[in-house]
Amino acid sequence: MSETLTENRKRQPRSPLSGVKFDDSAPLLEVENLQVEFHTRDGIAKAVQGVSFTLNAGETLGILGESGCGKSVTAQAIMGILDTPPAKVTGGQVRYRGVDLLQMDEKTRRHVRANKIAMIFQDALSSLNPVFTVGWQLGELYRQHAGASRKEARAKAVELLEMVGIPAARDRVNDFPHQFSGGMRQRVMIAMALALQPDIIIADEPTTALDVTVQAQVMALLADLQREMQLGLILITHDMGVVADVTDKICVMYAGHAVEQANVYEIYERPGHPYTKALLESIPRVDQKGEELTAIKGLPPALVNPPPGCSFHPRCAFARDRCKTDEPPLYQLPGNRESACHYWEEVLNS
Amino acid sequence: MSDTMAGQSAGQTENLSTKSGANRSLWGDVRYELVRSPVFWISSILVLVILSMAFFPQLWAQTSPNTSGACPLQNARVKPSADHPFGFTNAGCDMWASLVWGTGKSVIVAILVTAGTVILGVTFGTLAGYLGGFADTIISRITDIFFGLPFILGALVFLAIFPERNIWTLTAVLTVFGWTSLTRVMRGSVISTKQKDYVDAARAAGASDLFIIRKHILANSIAPVIVLATIGLGSFIGAEATLTFLGVGYQRPTVSWGLLVSEGQNLALAGFWHLLVFPSAFIVITVLAFILLGDVLRDALDPRTR
Repeated sequence: MSETLTENRKRQPRSPLSGVKFDDSAPLLEVENLQVEFHTRDGIAKAVQGVSFTLNAGETLGILGESGCGKSVTAQAIMGILDTPPAKVTGGQVRYRGVDLLQMDEKTRRHVRANKIAMIFQDALSSLNPVFTVGWQLGELYRQHAGASRKEARAKAVELLEMVGIPAARDRVNDFPHQFSGGMRQRVMIAMALALQPDIIIADEPTTALDVTVQAQVMALLADLQREMQLGLILITHDMGVVADVTDKICVMYAGHAVEQANVYEIYERPGHPYTKALLESIPRVDQKGEELTAIKGLPPALVNPPPGCSFHPRCAFARDRCKTDEPPLYQLPGNRESACHYWEEVLNS
Repeated sequence: MSDTMAGQSAGQTENLSTKSGANRSLWGDVRYELVRSPVFWISSILVLVILSMAFFPQLWAQTSPNTSGACPLQNARVKPSADHPFGFTNAGCDMWASLVWGTGKSVIVAILVTAGTVILGVTFGTLAGYLGGFADTIISRITDIFFGLPFILGALVFLAIFPERNIWTLTAVLTVFGWTSLTRVMRGSVISTKQKDYVDAARAAGASDLFIIRKHILANSIAPVIVLATIGLGSFIGAEATLTFLGVGYQRPTVSWGLLVSEGQNLALAGFWHLLVFPSAFIVITVLAFILLGDVLRDALDPRTR
């Protein structure tokens, strides 16, 4: 399989990206101080405030956080598919192999989207066009971006469906999205994301709409393909279990801020931010049968009018007076990790 | 829930039956659906008959009511008989021949107007819905202006300006007053389609705006327009009849269904029922045939209903 894939990479046509000078020694993806605002009737909502991270080839980054914390917006900003207006990227850089995507013209960026960075969406049923067969939708990627003929495109579609483990791919290629089961549909989405051999895949809650057993299968498939093709994978989720299994490092987001970044073992062992700690404590555990589930008190803050100081302080067990006024910077913690908490030492040792 | 289950199992049995590598395509499925629908056969045969009357009236009635001597006055308003089952018109022409030769004038205008309104409505509706913002404001305000004009009054004023009223002037006026509702429906439909996840997914896969409009937006938002257009086709036949009835549509010696109805309306109560019933029946059957055909086509084209 990997052989045919590298072959395909060579056969790609004169790309409209040939004029862009990618630096292969630069990291695969660097996001630096990304800022996104939404202009709403109630005011300006700062959905993403200074998120930074680096993703290398073959690496999996988990972006973790509650609904509304800005993780999907971060993904959409990287892809460049935010609805503008109301959204607006107000600052920062998104560098792919050293080239800032935010400065690119729309046409070039479109080709980056197809050939370099792909995205898997949460709900596969609504992310596939209901009136076309999955074969058509897969094949069209090749027809549009690689100039394949109808026949070639069809053969490619079958090949892709086989790759993601869809049984009887030759027949299923003519089926419509609604004729697939939920897990199979998510496999089709993965096939679509892989179609043009991107280097980066952003998976926005890829298993949220699936039941637990299917979740595990889909995640395993994604992890296998990622390893095989040395992809950079950004996994956006609120499911701590999913993250623990497959990611290398984790970026925890809260109210638009990246509040903690660390490697996955460290974060599970000794969280360095009260929010991460609270998240971990709220995972239901088999050995705590009969005990009441721990939940984080309160609600995530409104992004239009966030609390002053640290945005987590109203819900934080470690909060002092200082947290109400001083916004914590990202502290560098021992072991190449970061935490946006004034009292990170205390949290680490608690 | 049970619906989706049934749909899935139906899909699976279908898969099994066509398993031997048969290429099932969208159009193959559409054909499969259509040939099994009795409504499709009935409505399409009716439509074919109506179209053949419109374009080749001599196939159905040899002499046009406009040939000299075709309408002897002593036959005026003669009721249906075995030789002439549709009776005679107010002018003494054979009713059947008048209806057949009038088909063209009525149906062709309706088809032209429908085509015109669909083209305009889909184009402007898509532009307004997809682009939003300024383009949307301009197009929506223009449609508002047309909605503000009463249809009949507006058409009366416009038609009165033209010295000669024929197929083209009628088509132009009806199109100008008919495109706005289709535009509005298309705009709404495009706006709701635009927000679907698969449009985002297509953008994430690097599709251009033009591609998204052509494949994703149009294919998923055209259904209400098809339905409305087939209903519109019927109402345009009615509109032609109304305008003719009001004296700003076709003029004698042209024969059209509208003219026949307007004549019959006065005399039906005086006992000459056939003067009203037959032309009205032709209009009703034609409208119904087109609506049914549109309905069955829409169902067949939408894979979700399978």
